[in-house]
Amino acid sequence: MSGILGKKIGMTSVYDDNGISIPCTVIEAGPCYVTQIRTKDKDGYDAIQLGFDEKPERLVNKALKGHFQKVGAKALRLLREFRNFNGTKLELGQEVKVDIFMKGDVVDVMAKSKGRGFQGVVKRHHFSGVGMTTHGQSDRVRAPGSIGGSSYPSRVFKGMRMAGRMGFENVTVKNLTVVKVIPESNLLLVKGSIPGAKNTYVTITK
Amino acid sequence: MDKIKLVEAAFVKADVPEFKVGDTLNVHVRVVEGDKERIQQFQGVVIGRRGEGMGATFTVRKVSDGVGVERIFPLNSPRIAKIEKVKEGGVRRARLYYLRGLAAKQIRQKTGNN
Repeated sequence: MSGILGKKIGMTSVYDDNGISIPCTVIEAGPCYVTQIRTKDKDGYDAIQLGFDEKPERLVNKALKGHFQKVGAKALRLLREFRNFNGTKLELGQEVKVDIFMKGDVVDVMAKSKGRGFQGVVKRHHFSGVGMTTHGQSDRVRAPGSIGGSSYPSRVFKGMRMAGRMGFENVTVKNLTVVKVIPESNLLLVKGSIPGAKNTYVTITK
Repeated sequence: MDKIKLVEAAFVKADVPEFKVGDTLNVHVRVVEGDKERIQQFQGVVIGRRGEGMGATFTVRKVSDGVGVERIFPLNSPRIAKIEKVKEGGVRRARLYYLRGLAAKQIRQKTGNN
């Protein structure tokens, strides 16, 4: 497995060699820097930590400043660990760029989905509502219906699907095809849509 | 937004001729049949244009054997070999959907293609 961090730019479409339009998402991926290498002896597991998205030096606290200085990297906004990161041997401070991907690769993209706020069961869990607007009722169209028995079990089971906060959770979309890689401008095009709003941080793994 | 334009730049056609709603166009379409490819022509009045960048499309209407036919073409599609302007129109509307209800003579008058 190898991977990179990026930022969702937006969607567009491109044409393939047969003149067929492919909907795709543009991701600004990298350049990332290796900020830490975790080893089995020291940390109990093998992983590498990548950093992405430069930020001004004045926004960095002392602890992180030392962390970045140690590897000679600039101040970065996002740090994330990757387990089982193979490929070429990586060194501290080394740059990881979008050219680790090639056209035709199959990748997984993980990102925070758009927050939807407090939503009812129809939107949140795809319930179909209870009743109709006619036959003397008008207020059951988006209702959840029964949430369980009465005297037995005299409680509501844990995990019962109900209304509540929706979205803003980690969502992974698997098996997206890489349509194009533009190394000069650190751009990556994957076929189809990915979670989250524009400028959301995304993790791309191969 | 700039970065999306950068991606699209490789696909947006530079040689699309300038044309307006109301013009009569002859669109040369590449048709793939099996492993053969040929050019099919579609001539008619442009009744609408929409979108920008990769999403830009235009609608061409013609009457074929008394049946109205409308085709929506993506402006930047590589399947479009050539766009030829046959006649200049002279209309004051952005969308000419009202042409659907008119006779051939009225269409000629409305689009100024006398």
